[in-house]
Amino acid sequence: MDYSQFLIMHEELSLLAVIAILFVADLIMCPDKKSGRGTFNTCLPVVLLAAHTLLNLLPCCEAAETSAFGGMYQYTPMMTIMKSILNVGTIIVFLMAHKWLSREENLVKQGEFYLLTLFTLFGMYLMISSGHFLMFFIGLELASVPMTALVAFDKCRFESAEAGAKFILLALFSSALLLYGVSLIYGATGTLYFSEIGALLSGNSVLSIFGLVLFISGMGFKISLVPFHLWTADTYEGAPTVVTGYLSVISKGSAAFVLMTVLMKAFGTCALVEAWNVGLFWIIIASITIANLFAIRQKNLKRFMAFSAISQAGYLILGVMDGTAQGMTSLVFYLLVYMAANLGAFVVMTTIEQNSGKIGIDDYDGLYQTNPKLAFLMTLCLFSLAGIPPFAGFFSKFFVFMAAFKAGFHLLVFIALVNTVISLYYYLLIVKAMYIKPNDNPIATFQSDGYTRVALFLSILGVIVLGIGGVFYNYLDLFSYGIN
Amino acid sequence: MELSFLILLIPFLSFLVLGICGKWFSHKVAGLIGTCCLLAVAALSYSVAFEYFFQTERTAEGVLPTLVPYNFTWLPFFVEGLHFDMGIMLDPISVMMLIVISTVSLMVHIYSFGYMHGERGFQRYYAFLSLFTMSMLGLVVATNIFQMYLFWELVGVSSYLLIGFYFTSPAAIAASKKAFIVTRFADMFFLIGILIYGFYCRSFGFEFNEAGFAQGSFMLPTALVLMFIGGAGKSAMFPLHIWLPDAMEGPTPVSALIHAATMVVAGVFQVARLFPLWIQYAPEALSVVAWVGAFTAFYAAAVACAQSDIKRVLAFSTISQIAFMMVALGVCTEWATGHEHVGSLGYMASMFHLFTHAMFKALLFLGAGCIIHAVHSNEMSAMGGLRKYMPITHWTFLIACLAIAGIPPFSGFFSKDEILTAAFAYHPAMGWIMTGIAAMTAFYMFRLYFGIFWGTENKELHAHHTPHEAPWTMTFPLIFLAAVTCVAGFIPFGHYVSADGQLYDIHLDWNVAGTSIVIAVASIALATYIYMGEKQPVAEAMQEKFQKLHRWAFKRFYMDEVYQYITHRIIFARISKPIAWFDRHVVDGFFDFLAWGTNALGYQIRGLQSGSVQKYAFVFLLGIIILLLIMIL
Repeated sequence: MDYSQFLIMHEELSLLAVIAILFVADLIMCPDKKSGRGTFNTCLPVVLLAAHTLLNLLPCCEAAETSAFGGMYQYTPMMTIMKSILNVGTIIVFLMAHKWLSREENLVKQGEFYLLTLFTLFGMYLMISSGHFLMFFIGLELASVPMTALVAFDKCRFESAEAGAKFILLALFSSALLLYGVSLIYGATGTLYFSEIGALLSGNSVLSIFGLVLFISGMGFKISLVPFHLWTADTYEGAPTVVTGYLSVISKGSAAFVLMTVLMKAFGTCALVEAWNVGLFWIIIASITIANLFAIRQKNLKRFMAFSAISQAGYLILGVMDGTAQGMTSLVFYLLVYMAANLGAFVVMTTIEQNSGKIGIDDYDGLYQTNPKLAFLMTLCLFSLAGIPPFAGFFSKFFVFMAAFKAGFHLLVFIALVNTVISLYYYLLIVKAMYIKPNDNPIATFQSDGYTRVALFLSILGVIVLGIGGVFYNYLDLFSYGIN
Repeated sequence: MELSFLILLIPFLSFLVLGICGKWFSHKVAGLIGTCCLLAVAALSYSVAFEYFFQTERTAEGVLPTLVPYNFTWLPFFVEGLHFDMGIMLDPISVMMLIVISTVSLMVHIYSFGYMHGERGFQRYYAFLSLFTMSMLGLVVATNIFQMYLFWELVGVSSYLLIGFYFTSPAAIAASKKAFIVTRFADMFFLIGILIYGFYCRSFGFEFNEAGFAQGSFMLPTALVLMFIGGAGKSAMFPLHIWLPDAMEGPTPVSALIHAATMVVAGVFQVARLFPLWIQYAPEALSVVAWVGAFTAFYAAAVACAQSDIKRVLAFSTISQIAFMMVALGVCTEWATGHEHVGSLGYMASMFHLFTHAMFKALLFLGAGCIIHAVHSNEMSAMGGLRKYMPITHWTFLIACLAIAGIPPFSGFFSKDEILTAAFAYHPAMGWIMTGIAAMTAFYMFRLYFGIFWGTENKELHAHHTPHEAPWTMTFPLIFLAAVTCVAGFIPFGHYVSADGQLYDIHLDWNVAGTSIVIAVASIALATYIYMGEKQPVAEAMQEKFQKLHRWAFKRFYMDEVYQYITHRIIFARISKPIAWFDRHVVDGFFDFLAWGTNALGYQIRGLQSGSVQKYAFVFLLGIIILLLIMIL
């Protein structure tokens, strides 16, 4: 066996190394028994992950497409970029988790949080780089099983435990269906390699289309697309806010990317492309519209963000349509921008929740009076999510719309445009609450800690710079590829 | 050249620092930050200009090359080849503009130290000045028409902010709104022109795509004229000039920088930038530019003869002089003809006049600022006899007046003479019209000069407050600009800027030059005769005799009233009101219904989100089946 193949998957291996270091560190730097205070702090995982990201990005530019282990493992430069984006998101999540993890009940298990998170990240890495359905499935499971533990991390809190239970039950349900779909595809083609499936699958047989539908539904569950989205609101609400942030960006983003690459690679024949275009067409319309309708009526901010995330996922999938290179660029760009804006909003939510324990939309009334800076930053993030220029969200929406429009889905773009207007309404509801609505008992003024500030800085930087600096888009464009 | 990006970056940073942290700085520190940044910008601009004009190799035809040290794609479009770029382009006119802008801006920064001393919002003032400087510099170095448009709008915004600097005064607020709305209205045409241009040429760049022009043979002149309307708005050409006199409500150094030297010539610069297009593809349309310019020059000169507010006189004089530059561009008839450059002389003349005018008009405004600072009034009646109290202001103001009147050896003589020569070459009628307007210029400028520095002293006003000379921060810029005005005429301008980029020696046409000197001297003599004395019987008699004409000119020929009538009586009453009714009742009603429907639907389907996992799984399966049916069928 050629051991140099391991070098190709250096990203996964170095992530494993990070996990191993953290594992050992967790054992050594366990909480001090006498004072009961944790000595394990947020710095270590953040620095390690940042170093890992830099290490990943360095050789990215010259590396060409390769594969290892007989095609089980795929590599393209775009995948490195995708993994780095996930890394940055995870760093922000770690930063915002600091305050939550330093609470009394979490001190003991803070090491677990990092390890579980990084294991899901490892699963996503495998999923992204897989060239074979088995590999893909292992990645998928690795990404969802530790996620359940994360969702139920506040296990003594009833809602958290309930959210975990709902999540694992439905995740298993969707995994089973997805596995069934994979078996159907195996039945139709006799292979599980993406590259071979692409050549062997015929577009007309019900068998292959059924397999395709089940695959889309499994990924749709992870991305939380309508009608596979019903777990989202309950899980998002029950899970610790930090985990909700992770779930809504990192987990969703990796799944969307994988959906795109696998559809392009394994289901890229003409007839099948037509089939999944039709399917995604309706899924997108349903996701955006239904999520918008629900979002308007929410009272809890986390539930609200859940529906917002569903509708954002709909926009994200616009980039998958027709499997063009431009679609890939716009999807990855959208994801990057969405990550900055959404995590920014979650950082604000977390720090407010940790300092005051409040998470209802009504609680945010009059926030501007007491915490003007946080209110302002939250507004920037919400504007970006709504797609108001000059924030990055406008550009990312513009690019996905352009990609879908060029692929010929004019009606779809029109419906998405109408829905952005609705989404503007509900995002502005929160802005209105923070700035205009009077409140006798507003959230008290507080100082956020340094980690939160760094996290906020990173997010806001993304919101402002990514859009105006068109170079980011052009850079991504260098590495994207389409079906052919 | 490599450092040229700093020319834009430094003022932008200065704007950010002063805008965000300004309130923590003392006035002195804020002013120093702004001024030092501008000093750096000016030094960089000069070094770029030196390197460009003297150290860059000319091409084989002796043309200065167009350099693009920076250019990157900012926003790609997915239509083939169309993208927005951002970058820096150096060619003779943009480098010349760099010098003009950074010099005048630096002088204004220094001057404002004294003029704005102790004003509230001193830091804000410097922040806006930096913003303006950045945008104006970005406009002139734009590599493509769209970048130009972006900075063009930024210039408009910063002008709006600065005119309305005294935001507690209703007049300033009204003036800033007027300026913004009128120029925005004109910019709309500019944008339409840009879009048409981009549609046919498949590019926003200044390198011209021949094939595109073949298709759009009719549309391109249209696009150019639309862009010219945008330029006419910024450059205050009739009938879009109405904002400029009102803009004088802003602080006087702002008038000097924005409304005399830099922003208002943006329209001229735009026409010059697109000149190769005009001359090759729309030479007929170019005569529109010439005649609009000629009429504006005449109109503004006539109005300037009757105004009593010194800043208004200068404002109308600015309009008239910019119109001279427009005329000079408009009278060009051919790209280039050998070494004589008869057909394209106007291009060089226009740029030359832009350069000299920026210097002496800034000087006039800054001088006017010193006077206003001393007597606390804009009205000529409050002045008179000031030459005793303010010697430096007096002498520098006189130099500027001689320059604008076209008396050698001051700079204005040389540039105006080139314009007149070009006008005569175009058509003798145009030549004589412009000579006549030049005579009017000399007359009203000396009417102003004598009104301020000679004539009857307003003893009553000066009794309790003796006017005094301004502090050195204010007089230094005057002296500097006066020195430039004295020598700028001897710059061999044709060596650096000409329509096709080739070397061109300026020859004075003594027929034209002689005529114009004689006429200018005669006008000055007339003004001296009428306005120099303590009592002015001739002026009063004339005012009596031509009462109606004087009244019309004083009221600016009622142009503002015409606008009022058109906007209020016709547009607001006849068009806007019915539309507003339709909007309130029909359009709003429809959207209210939509919102109500959306809300009601949201309420109806909330049962879907019941919280029971079995139901979720059921919907999941149902979704798969529906999806399968959709995809198979």
